[in-house]
Amino acid sequence: MTNDKLNIIKNEWPLWEVFIRSKAGLDHKHAGSLHAPDAQMAIENARDVYTRRMEGVSIWVVESKHIQASDPGQSESMYDPASDKIYRHPTFYDLPDEVKYM
Amino acid sequence: MNLAYTLRLADDALIIGHRLSEWCGHGPILEQDIALTNTSLDHLGRARSLYQYAAEQFNAMGTEEKKNYFSSVAIQNMVSAGETLDEDDVAYLRDGWDFKNLLLLEQPNSDWAYTVARSFYYDTFNFFFFSELQNSSDTTLAAVAAKSLKEITYHLRWSSEWVVRLGDGTEESHKRMQQAINDLWMYTGEMFVMNDADKDAVQKGRGVNLDELKPKWMERVQSILDEARLTLPAATWMQSGGKDGKHTDNLGYILAEMQFMQRTYPGMKW
Repeated sequence: MTNDKLNIIKNEWPLWEVFIRSKAGLDHKHAGSLHAPDAQMAIENARDVYTRRMEGVSIWVVESKHIQASDPGQSESMYDPASDKIYRHPTFYDLPDEVKYM
Repeated sequence: MNLAYTLRLADDALIIGHRLSEWCGHGPILEQDIALTNTSLDHLGRARSLYQYAAEQFNAMGTEEKKNYFSSVAIQNMVSAGETLDEDDVAYLRDGWDFKNLLLLEQPNSDWAYTVARSFYYDTFNFFFFSELQNSSDTTLAAVAAKSLKEITYHLRWSSEWVVRLGDGTEESHKRMQQAINDLWMYTGEMFVMNDADKDAVQKGRGVNLDELKPKWMERVQSILDEARLTLPAATWMQSGGKDGKHTDNLGYILAEMQFMQRTYPGMKW
């Protein structure tokens, strides 16, 4: 890659992850990501990109680099051991007949 | 007189809305492209409400008065034929000298700094103007003002933050922001010129006293420029004329692009 291209990438605004709460009482859900020079502008960009059709009442942003993600290469050791532990589901209780709607 | 007042506010909204819409698809980054397009649509929405109200007022006038109210032949023909105007006719069929928008708003986008500076001067004015217009004795204007103010509050936040970021940014961004602030300064005086329509509106409790607005505007502009480490331009000769229909040649180009479809194919819908 040429030096020019490297410089452009270096000068690019950081990436932010956007979380939107669709209405009071619900949790914030990941909506997508965007570029912005700082946190304040990330929120404003998110307002313009992700809430202009009334999608939300609250916005969280976090710089993408601060998100630590699990390693897909470790999927087997991370998740497979749970697959045969059916006793971790609360399905082995004898419920009294009086309890309905469980 | 109330028609003249309404029309001018509508023209301001339409022309800045059109200018900002020129950024659509050309923004420096996707997020700001969308931000400016949203803002442009806010202005166009306000223009629509005001043009509807203006058309209503125009249609209520006597035939004689209507005949020569606009210099546009297209509109004069409609009046002669006994037709009524709607918002689109008012926007698309008037000629340049029928437009009463501020000269500031027809200035070209040039670059990001000029676009930001133009919006900053206007948004600051708009914020104080529409805050006051909410108290208008004209209930339609008051209602438009109340609705618009939320949008305008956001516009002001957007343009102020960009002034600060560019002014207090790199050496290059500082230089270019200061240049834009300086170059557009001569168009800011016109915002506070009280012409006959303004005086009449103030007297009847419908309009906003621009003399009282000026110190508020100046104080806000000064404080944002301070924060941005920018210098308030020195007092200079102020351009005016837009409010009386005397425009820079920029307006002609805007209207040519904006109106040619309706002028060429009258009544065309899509």
